[in-house]
Amino acid sequence: MARTIDLVVNGTRHTVAADPNRTLLSVLRDELDLTGSKYGCGEGQCGACTVMIDGVAARSCQTGAAAVAGRRITTIEGLEQHGRLHPLQEAFLEIGAMQCGYCTPGMIVSGAALLAKNSNPSEEEIVSALEGNLCRCGTYPRILAAVRLAASKMKRSAA
Amino acid sequence: MSYEPERYELMAGPAYNFSFGRRGFFKALGGGIVVVSFLAKSEAQESGGGRGRFGHPLPQQIAAWLHIDAKGAVIVYTGKVEVGQNSRTSLTQAAAEELGAPAGAIELVMGDTARTPFDMGTFGSMTTPQMVPQIRRAAAAAREILGPGAWETLDFANADKKLASGVTTSGHPKPTSEWKVLGTSVPKVHGRQIVTGAHRYASDMKRPGMLYGRVLRPERFDAQLVSADTSAAQAMPDVTVVHDGDFTGVAAPTPHAAQLALAAIKPQWTSPETQWSSKTLFTELKRNVEAGREPDAGFIEKGLAEAARKHESTYTIAYIAHAPLEPRAAVAEWNGDKLTVWTGTQRPFGVQSELAQAFHIPESNVRVMMPDTGAAYGGKHTGEAAIEAARLAKAAGKPVKIVWTREEEFTWAYFRPAGVIEVRSGVTDGRIVAWEFHNYNSGASGLNTMYDIPHKREEFHPTKYPLRQGSYRGLAATANHFARESHMDELAALSQIEPLEFRLRNLKDERFRAVLQAAAERFGWGKRKAGAGIGYGIAGGFEKGSYVATCAELHCESGQAPRIVRVVEAFECGAILNPDMLKNQVEGAVVQGLGGALFEAIEFENGRILDARFSKYRVPRFRDVPKIEVVLIDRKDLAPAGAGETPIMTLAPAVANAIYSVTGERIRSMPLSRRAPAGSTVSGAPAI
Ligand code: FES
Ligand code: FES
Repeated sequence: MARTIDLVVNGTRHTVAADPNRTLLSVLRDELDLTGSKYGCGEGQCGACTVMIDGVAARSCQTGAAAVAGRRITTIEGLEQHGRLHPLQEAFLEIGAMQCGYCTPGMIVSGAALLAKNSNPSEEEIVSALEGNLCRCGTYPRILAAVRLAASKMKRSAA
Repeated sequence: MSYEPERYELMAGPAYNFSFGRRGFFKALGGGIVVVSFLAKSEAQESGGGRGRFGHPLPQQIAAWLHIDAKGAVIVYTGKVEVGQNSRTSLTQAAAEELGAPAGAIELVMGDTARTPFDMGTFGSMTTPQMVPQIRRAAAAAREILGPGAWETLDFANADKKLASGVTTSGHPKPTSEWKVLGTSVPKVHGRQIVTGAHRYASDMKRPGMLYGRVLRPERFDAQLVSADTSAAQAMPDVTVVHDGDFTGVAAPTPHAAQLALAAIKPQWTSPETQWSSKTLFTELKRNVEAGREPDAGFIEKGLAEAARKHESTYTIAYIAHAPLEPRAAVAEWNGDKLTVWTGTQRPFGVQSELAQAFHIPESNVRVMMPDTGAAYGGKHTGEAAIEAARLAKAAGKPVKIVWTREEEFTWAYFRPAGVIEVRSGVTDGRIVAWEFHNYNSGASGLNTMYDIPHKREEFHPTKYPLRQGSYRGLAATANHFARESHMDELAALSQIEPLEFRLRNLKDERFRAVLQAAAERFGWGKRKAGAGIGYGIAGGFEKGSYVATCAELHCESGQAPRIVRVVEAFECGAILNPDMLKNQVEGAVVQGLGGALFEAIEFENGRILDARFSKYRVPRFRDVPKIEVVLIDRKDLAPAGAGETPIMTLAPAVANAIYSVTGERIRSMPLSRRAPAGSTVSGAPAI
């Protein structure tokens, strides 16, 4: 009965029912069982649901699934490549930049989107890229340190 | 052990009284929150929400705590849970240390009522002082039975049989001086699952055929449901509607369908007028004190009469919300009259008991499992989401998931209690001679002064209160330290003695002295004078076996909210189990404490929360975070104490004192950057 849409998530094409009111977050979590993107507020205020759309960080709770049909969607599950963690994932582990970890996927996706377009961000650039992400456990200083560490790792491996 | 009185949420009656279609209508959570009081409810403490809480001795058999298979893989069982405080890691270290096993060989089963020994709950910073020694004893006993070289020879044949008759009391844990794994910064266990998004929190659980539930919430706290027209919702395909007593909820195949079904219900409410509002909160709290003060018999008056200078001030503390990033969530699944629930709670056994009561089944029919959870901070002691999911699942005949919305979490969870604190004191030649301290409503934790004072009177007074309130990281210790350490600064100013010096003159406890001096030294306390928009403040405290001191540097530009730019916090909790994780906890506590210190406050009026969203309720973000330096004092000669709570207590008074140092203005209400609304100040609070 329902129309369908095609979503390209982490390089895989999925056909899902096109309910015009459905958020991308709900489709990812409830339909595709990609639960790394989290619900924290549903109003674009916490960043727990952050994914990349064509490489740009976006709040999936504020994004209609139908609006991103065919676009390239990357979730936290898609950052690991061939069993190798993204340098920012590695940096989070090295620095211990988490407590409960519920904010972590959104933080990493936001940070990875930043690093993809700016390999050497200043402190101010990191803060403004992440300002919309909440960590209630208060691990902000460690998250900043992890982004800096990842930037230097990426520079080294590019050199 | 007993509950501190301000764990109000544990004294509340059941969340719902279901009738399962039988006649009957009971007032409970779904129909609004009744204003209850500690005194009136104290009898319910024994029965409410936690049958058999007491009188559960820890099992003595090693087999209850750990299992070792023929390959040397170890499973450790504990009723404690992981909510971000990294107990999974510290308990893994404890087992690895005593077994002589690599940490990677150990897997913890935590908070599963079917598999782990009974545990009252993960709160009160008890994991470190109670569970760490318990696991160490069990593991040490196992090592002694298996022989010291088990992990070298990898000889685990019949390990389980050998351990079957062993008892934990025979174990001799290693002395601190021999620690190789404990005391080191072992990285977070399961960290990889977190950074890859693979870890499944309760809100991520999925079961075959699972439906998504939503619950109808009253329009106001004290609203009564008159009627609910559910026909439109019932007519929707694949939607289950439950209307049972005060509980009304729906379950549907997608969250969106559940949302539509909920919106299709037409409820009618009546709500009485209420006078409670955040605007007049503090006056109302004082007006509604449960019992008058006991007469003092003149002891404190005598101390005050002898004092050269007397001083008196009143402090207020707003309601604040835990707002854990993962809201309450549960998945419930029935199999006949057996119930399985996955939920994020600090009290899996307490929730098991709540479920058994709600559904009139034996506890043995209920299994509660707690996946490592998206934080709690004292806010997840109760099982509302579990009960709601289970009620819907029972009706639907399918598993049901409930995830509270952010608005529900802000409105229908419980809050850190607001309070009014009155202090009277007397000082002679830089020594405090009399100290009278009364806390109204916020609680008794951290009530007693650490300073050495001959005439003291310190009391907690329960009052009637308007919002559902309960545990929060540190309980009332933050409020009590805010009042006490602000007042200490006021007395220092009255005595014209430098604030650190004034504190040191009035204390005897050497551990307390050590943290104050350690923080001051790292901070460079006293090297610069406050002024030109820059202020400095210090505060210290003691609670739950650990000591803390905080120095804060603050920038105050006229017309702008104060900004904390640098914080040094010294912390001592006995022997350190994992230095990096301890540092992480202290840093996190400073950041979280900054919210309550500067801007977090729940606003309410007419039975409604006015700021039940992150866009309205301001929490600390990246830009708010100062430079934080943590000084850890490792006392290898002392037993380890918990560290999840105490480090949050002293930021607010340090900041209040820093504001005073630069502006000369004494702010006596938390949060500090928001003026107490007009009419809310309690009369008789003289300015310094
Ligand atoms: S859930 Fe999307 S921003 Fe909070
Ligand atoms: S680690 Fe808990 S919310 Fe960030």
